[in-house]
Amino acid sequence: MSETPLLQVKNLHTSFFTDAGEVKAVNGISYNLDAGRVLGIVGESGSGKSVSAYSIMRILTDTGRVTEGEVLFKGENILNYTPQQMQKFRGSRISMIFQDPMTCLNPTFTIGSQLKEAIRIHTNRTKEEIEARAVEMLQLVGVNEPERRLRQYPHEHSGGMRQRVMIAMALACEPDILIADEPTTALDVTIQAQILELMQSLQKKMGMAIIMITHDLGVIADMCDEIIVMYGGKVCERGTADEIFYNPRHEYTKGLIRSIPRISEKHEKLVPIGGSPVDLLNLPKGCAFAARCDHAMKICLEQPPEEVEVNDCHIAACWNNVRRMMEEQKGGEEA
Amino acid sequence: MSDYNPNIPPKKRPFPFSMQLDPSKFEPASDEEKAQQDVMRESTTFFRDGMRKLFRNPLAVASMIVLIIILITIIIAPLIVPYSYSGMITVNGKRDKSAKNMPPFTYSKLEQQAIDEGQHVFPHIFGTDELCRDYFIRVIYGARVSLAVGFFASLIVLFIGLLYGSIAGYAGGKTDLIMMRIVDIIYSLPDTLMVILLSVVLDQLLGQSLQGTVLASIGPNMLSMFAVFGLLYWVGMARLVRGQILTIKNNEYVLAARAMGASRGRIIRKHILPNCMGVIIISTALQIPSAIFTESFLSFIGLGVQAPMPSLGSLANAARQAMQAYPYKMVFPAVGICLIVLSFNLLGDGLRDAFDPKLRK
Amino acid sequence: MSEQKHLVEVRNLKKYFPIKSGMMNKTVLKAVDDVSFTIDEGETLGLVGESGCGKTTVGRTLLHLYTPTAGEVYFDGKQVTEKNIGEFRKDMQIVFQDPYSSLNPRMTVADIIGEPLDIHKLYANKQERADKINELLTLVGLNSEHANRYAHEFSGGQRQRIGIARALAVNPRFIVCDEPVSALDVSIQAQIINTFEDLQQKLGIAYLFIAHDLLVVQHMSRRIAVMYLGRVVEIGPARDIINSPIHPYSESLISAIPMPDPETARHKNRIILEGDVPSPLRMPKGCPFRTRCRYATKECEESRPALREISPGRFVACHHR
Repeated sequence: MSETPLLQVKNLHTSFFTDAGEVKAVNGISYNLDAGRVLGIVGESGSGKSVSAYSIMRILTDTGRVTEGEVLFKGENILNYTPQQMQKFRGSRISMIFQDPMTCLNPTFTIGSQLKEAIRIHTNRTKEEIEARAVEMLQLVGVNEPERRLRQYPHEHSGGMRQRVMIAMALACEPDILIADEPTTALDVTIQAQILELMQSLQKKMGMAIIMITHDLGVIADMCDEIIVMYGGKVCERGTADEIFYNPRHEYTKGLIRSIPRISEKHEKLVPIGGSPVDLLNLPKGCAFAARCDHAMKICLEQPPEEVEVNDCHIAACWNNVRRMMEEQKGGEEA
Repeated sequence: MSDYNPNIPPKKRPFPFSMQLDPSKFEPASDEEKAQQDVMRESTTFFRDGMRKLFRNPLAVASMIVLIIILITIIIAPLIVPYSYSGMITVNGKRDKSAKNMPPFTYSKLEQQAIDEGQHVFPHIFGTDELCRDYFIRVIYGARVSLAVGFFASLIVLFIGLLYGSIAGYAGGKTDLIMMRIVDIIYSLPDTLMVILLSVVLDQLLGQSLQGTVLASIGPNMLSMFAVFGLLYWVGMARLVRGQILTIKNNEYVLAARAMGASRGRIIRKHILPNCMGVIIISTALQIPSAIFTESFLSFIGLGVQAPMPSLGSLANAARQAMQAYPYKMVFPAVGICLIVLSFNLLGDGLRDAFDPKLRK
Repeated sequence: MSEQKHLVEVRNLKKYFPIKSGMMNKTVLKAVDDVSFTIDEGETLGLVGESGCGKTTVGRTLLHLYTPTAGEVYFDGKQVTEKNIGEFRKDMQIVFQDPYSSLNPRMTVADIIGEPLDIHKLYANKQERADKINELLTLVGLNSEHANRYAHEFSGGQRQRIGIARALAVNPRFIVCDEPVSALDVSIQAQIINTFEDLQQKLGIAYLFIAHDLLVVQHMSRRIAVMYLGRVVEIGPARDIINSPIHPYSESLISAIPMPDPETARHKNRIILEGDVPSPLRMPKGCPFRTRCRYATKECEESRPALREISPGRFVACHHR
């Protein structure tokens, strides 16, 4: 019996209509997220990973719009929700935490009032219950002296502390999905380790699904059950962590992995990906990565690659996989 | 690495592709084919990019057109229209006292006679005023004065404000502190009061010595207005310039210039000032209508240019007194002021939208 | 024993910033508090630490972009002072972190790279200047048709190359690299790292490579210095520091690195530090790390540990190691 996945993103397209033209930030991504799983979305700037999350939460800026596709949460298309329905939905069924803890909390309100606001909007509790729940959430995220902290202002706290408060706000209503958009990029490495550890333990305790968006392959390697690699607004590859790291089937993924410095006895020179990131105003008609790809073929320049199942838990959108399949078939036929 | 074994062969599947795939397409692509995709966008400087944006703004373009038309008109009109702004209309050499307060495009009795005799009399496009002078040419000269005042006053503001602000911004520390406190004090002085006081003082001081010079036609009132602008209105520009310099000073390219061994002068010339220019030009463009409006206001209350030199404000004042009898006379100078001030404001806004780097992205 | 001459030597460098807190009070921000290290010709010393540790300030103070509060800087044996820093500007250069604010938006690439040539009059005529600029562009992986464009037309990685070309224009023997790849995407970082390495091989330039990404630093550096709250807590060969860190802070820093490898990540034994970094305005007495240290004792509160050489080339500032 297959359950309906918790979240289904189907052929999502998002564009920004600017002075300079249409910026095609997301160009047809599809994935499913099951309850309680951790999905990592990895990509560099301009890959569309953050924009796809903003599209799901429907918090795109004025010039942005979802131009095609569906986002099904428990079977319902949330892109069709009215603003009132979205308001009830955001923060209680799907929550989001952002990158820069310095600017994500309102500096003119105390931490307590912001945390309680999140609780108040989505639940029907009395003032005492809300206060108790706020204290409970702060304790859950590892903030000591929670009662005192509630009355303090964001600027009195460090980045790590503010990020914990953000996590508390996001989880206050026990959402089904937590979207984390580069939550530790702006934090120091030791604080990052604390926050990641916290997120993992909370995930085990509360059982929510997490979508972890980041550019850091190290962060992804440890935390995620499944990983999506994005480039130029498209999914390059989707698979389990082991599959992506040890059996990459897209040239971009391979390039990324080769270009990360590692700890090794010999000094191995890095193999960077040549060229510059693709221009989202002028997307090529073929594969977005073709111009930078060492294994590009003629077809890569003409047609965007289709997704190929590499195995049960791994999908890649690269014509080289098709070439390999064709060669195998030929080999099979000749045998 | 790990003991992970990725070589589980994929299950045999039927070829999943709906369309026929051409095997020749699976040849490697050459570097030239790939390079075709990598086109650098055409080179634009900051200036060209901004101008492009400016010309896409319909209000800004309309304002520019209006201003150009006004400019052309006030340059050409005195060459075409044979009347002067200060003298009564003359017919056959004799002053025509019957040509008082005529509505547009009418002729006085004497002029009608002259036309019947075969003379060509240039029409009075706006009619005449209470002193039998052609109104149209007076409005034209009024516009000239207003624009000239706006322009020169803004230049004074620019010059003093730029100098003061640059010194305060670059020097920093105590110098900056003292200079800015002086700015604060000047800011709090009431400008209209100062103008009135200054014009009285200057009138007495300069009244005698100015006679016979070019400046006499402008009048001490005008001069006092310039003096006030020079003394009071530069503070806004100074603050703006100082703020810009403080921001730019902290940019890393200034630090890089220091690390190369660039002298202070070079840093100011090549790094700081060019990056301020955009904001300064915009501010000056917006200063012009403000100056024109101030001048119009002062002329309206009688403190502006000396008669007979007209200014749009003084014309409006004169027309106000005759509102009951000849309401149309107010229309021309008022519309003139509105057009000029509005156009400059819209142009300044358009410039800011196009060039202000803070608003870009 | 012959004293090996170091290219760059920093002794007891201090940089304090006066901060106004409140009406009358003036506290001092001790951004750099007694830092010493050496760099040899053609060598890369990596300088790591988290935000607020003072590593960027060290780089800038070394070049006298900030006036040192105390301490000495020596270049090739000669002492660098406020008065004679001008002579050293051709030998010591800097590359900045942010490729967007380190290039003047009103200047063409040719002018940006040519400015050091102009200041130090390193050419005889216009043609020579143009040739030198083209040479520099090619050296960093750009080409001559880029010379007449403006900085904002380039991507982050390309701008960083322009910054490197600018630093190379005067033929420096030493470059302070202040987080040069932190603002770049991962795939571009690798390009720029390779560029730095190639230039070092070709031209023999020494680097002070300041960064917070330990994987990048250990890749590039022969030796690493770890900083915490304005002080150096450990210096040694890069391999040793990464594989067997001695100072408790280095230990936790290295164990916190997210490894891009699922197997390693799963089996990692993370040492998670409690609490946050104390504010540099209110530094703990004695050893600054003791508030988060597992091994802290009374002694750590009373006195500040000095940097001791515990084995040749390996220095640690801790009472207990």
